[in-house]
Amino acid sequence: MNFGFSITPSSTINLDKVDRTMFEHLHEIEPDVYKCMACGSCSSTCPAGRFSGMSVRKVILALQRGREKEAAGMLKGCMLCGKCSMVCPRGINTRHLILSICRIYNKEQQ
Amino acid sequence: MKENIVIIGGGVAGLEAAARLIRLGYSPIIVEKQDHLGGHLAEWHCLFPDMTPASDITAHLVGEVSDANIFTSTEILFINHLKDSYNVMLSNGISIITKVILFTTGFRLFEASRKEEYGYGIYNQVITNRDLEHWFNTGEDARISSKPMEAVGFVHCVGSRDEKAGNAQCSKVCCITAVKQAIEMKKKFPEAMVYCFYMDLRMFGKKYEDFYISAQRDYGVRFIRGRVSEVSENIEGKVVVKAEDTLAGKPVRVTLDLLVLMAGMVCNPDSTKVASMISLQTDSDGFLKSKDNIMDITSSSRSGIFYAGACTGPKTVPETLAEARSAALDIHNFIESL
Ligand SMILES: Cc1cc2nc3c(=O)[nH]c(=O)nc-3n(C[C@H](O)[C@H](O)[C@H](O)COP(=O)(O)OP(=O)(O)OC[C@H]3O[C@@H](n4cnc5c(N)ncnc54)[C@H](O)[C@@H]3O)c2cc1C
Ligand code: SF4
Ligand code: SF4
Ligand code: SF4
Repeated sequence: MNFGFSITPSSTINLDKVDRTMFEHLHEIEPDVYKCMACGSCSSTCPAGRFSGMSVRKVILALQRGREKEAAGMLKGCMLCGKCSMVCPRGINTRHLILSICRIYNKEQQ
Repeated sequence: MKENIVIIGGGVAGLEAAARLIRLGYSPIIVEKQDHLGGHLAEWHCLFPDMTPASDITAHLVGEVSDANIFTSTEILFINHLKDSYNVMLSNGISIITKVILFTTGFRLFEASRKEEYGYGIYNQVITNRDLEHWFNTGEDARISSKPMEAVGFVHCVGSRDEKAGNAQCSKVCCITAVKQAIEMKKKFPEAMVYCFYMDLRMFGKKYEDFYISAQRDYGVRFIRGRVSEVSENIEGKVVVKAEDTLAGKPVRVTLDLLVLMAGMVCNPDSTKVASMISLQTDSDGFLKSKDNIMDITSSSRSGIFYAGACTGPKTVPETLAEARSAALDIHNFIESL
């Protein structure tokens, strides 16, 4: 029977099921990752963001929500120019953070 | 009563404490650096959340201390700690021996030109919250044209919540001040688009949330969640603001006739300078350190030295008044116990 619509998988972020191991590992190396207040200064100033979708703010959020694939997709657009580190009002060394994310999450995937 | 009481700073806190001490029978001495009383309140136009004229409150407070000994345009040269009292030397040559000193030295507004990316002092269309109050009061500001404005923006948290600027603390009053000023601009220019760029909105006080709802519902002020990252000027002489609209997850840019920076409240160097003469400590936020931040806000770590108002952290006028009254009572009890 065709009701004229189809059921798509739920887009709910189920925090009960998020695997936090990797994010905790990241936090050990980059304690400041918890300090992000999602102000968007990094994304707004990023020269690559508009074309590639890269946003440090969104990467941090995605990783916290267990959406590693989304984060990995965004990170490909980063040129490691460090502009975001200069504007972060919480003083997070975002460039260093990006490098640590790439290292940790790449290792896990191998 | 013979006991001397020296009050350093003739703003809201100093004036109210003096008035209460006079009613208790003392003759306090107010030392004010500027040539007039009232502190920052003397610069403001209307006060949130009821749009009370600031000049009414200042006039009332100044009227209450007509019997006090007031030294304006006077600074503290030094303070010596004697055995059980203090010797306060003033710039007008007078020295006072006292057992009681009340610090009501207030705050200082963050120097907005330090956030270069916002263009204060570079672009004419960028002003501060203080400049806007001045314009409301006097109608004079060469940077503001008399033509109707099409778009006005407010940047929250300028020099506050900013580790790069060395001020991690929230200034507390600027969210509600932005709402107030946005409404005032809408009243002047009903056709204008008015935007507030915020990270979090702190509507903590009585009727603040109502004021915010009114800004949205009755005046159509637009609130955009994102911190402004850059400001530049276009060829028509307007300013272009860039931010991320974090709720939409997209970059935003908007062209404005006027951009108002909500400069924050930071510790007053005039306050710490005098405090250091008698080795009083500052707290981790740079403001003067109370004996206890819950139980004893108005006491210092030293006997006979008291605090009231914004010298210990960002405060509203009613909070400052309440502390000034509380400090006056503490001083009265202290003198009784001598
Ligand atoms: C833009 C803006 C708008 C605001 N609007 C409102 C509002 O609408 N409603 C509200 O409730 N609050 C408002 N506030 C907060 C309000 O300004 C403060 O609560 C109030 O000014 C605190 O009073 P105070 O006496 O502690 O300090 P201040 O007003 O800073 O007064 C301190 C005084 O001490 C003097 N002084 C300092 N050091 C020395 C020294 N070493 N020797 C001699 N004198 C000295 C100074 O010259 C000054 O006169 C606003 C704040 C800002 C930044
Ligand atoms: S380092 Fe990467 S994320 Fe940061 S501003 Fe440069 S390109 Fe953008
Ligand atoms: S600038 Fe810093 S605090 Fe703001 S969203 Fe980016 S990482 Fe988070
Ligand atoms: S009161 Fe609002 S504008 Fe002021 S520092 Fe706090 S969050 Fe920022």
